[in-house]
Amino acid sequence: MTTIDYIMLVVSVLLLIIAFLAVSEKKLIKSVIFLSALSMLSVVAFVIMKAPDVALTEAVIGSGLVTALFVFTLLSIKKEEAK
Amino acid sequence: MKKLLAFALTIGLGVLIIFALDANTSFDDFGYADLSERVSSRYITKDSTADIIFGVTQDPESGAANIVTSIVVDYRSFDTLGEVTVLFISALGVSLLLGSAVTQKRLSLDFKPNFMLRVASRALFGIIIMTGVYIILHGHLTPGGGFPGGTMIASAMLLLYLADDQFRAKIKSFKILEGVAGSLYVVIGLVGLVLGTYFLQNFLPNGTVGDLLSSGIIPIVYILIGLKVGSEISGVIDNFLTEEVEQ
Repeated sequence: MTTIDYIMLVVSVLLLIIAFLAVSEKKLIKSVIFLSALSMLSVVAFVIMKAPDVALTEAVIGSGLVTALFVFTLLSIKKEEAK
Repeated sequence: MKKLLAFALTIGLGVLIIFALDANTSFDDFGYADLSERVSSRYITKDSTADIIFGVTQDPESGAANIVTSIVVDYRSFDTLGEVTVLFISALGVSLLLGSAVTQKRLSLDFKPNFMLRVASRALFGIIIMTGVYIILHGHLTPGGGFPGGTMIASAMLLLYLADDQFRAKIKSFKILEGVAGSLYVVIGLVGLVLGTYFLQNFLPNGTVGDLLSSGIIPIVYILIGLKVGSEISGVIDNFLTEEVEQ
């Protein structure tokens, strides 16, 4: 096994663990942050798998926009509940 | 207990998938697939017997140096039109649900952005926009293209929205830009149909592989897709960060 294989192994195991945490987390905001971390790690996985196009899209959409939109949805839900 | 059950179920599904795909005769082992039977080899060789050399080859079948782009916006451009339509319909759904009120104001947040943050975000805004435009313009040469570039432009708008709690973009002009860009994509396809033989045909000369002005209609289509995606997602962000004015 070369170095890149070891990196891929570590990234894959981390992806599985973070995905499990994102599903099982009770607090929604923490779940969203885990989802963002999952996207960030999958960017690394995509680059290793030689798919830079997918990695670029995932970096912008997965860890940037979707996280921001989820956080703002949670904020407005909280505001509605406080009323 | 519930978590343990879910974990066991996931492991079981993973093992099932691995066993189903291992030694399956419908999937060849690495290196044993007959590529000459597959359409993917055509996308790479671009229907020429000679090698495609960056900066040298003149007028190949598809002029993009990035193979992914030559598939996405040349060989399979009709699928991309469908993809753009899917994004349009989801943006339409968001604006029907969240943006239908006549009078709207910014979502009031608990924190107040300070002066430093506002100035720094204005400075960063230009850099992010430039990166997005670069990625769109070089879509046929380097990884990236209309979708990531447009989303980058939209995330620059998101930065402005986050850093200034009074800021609202001129959302009406975004809607017009989006409609114009989307219809121009279809018009370019129809021009290909009239001048050539099929919808979305590349009717401009391809030029040298690797030049900025090459590969026919691909840069034009990518600029249109970038404008459309950028304005669409900016509209979605605006819908998320505004609320109805209570009467």
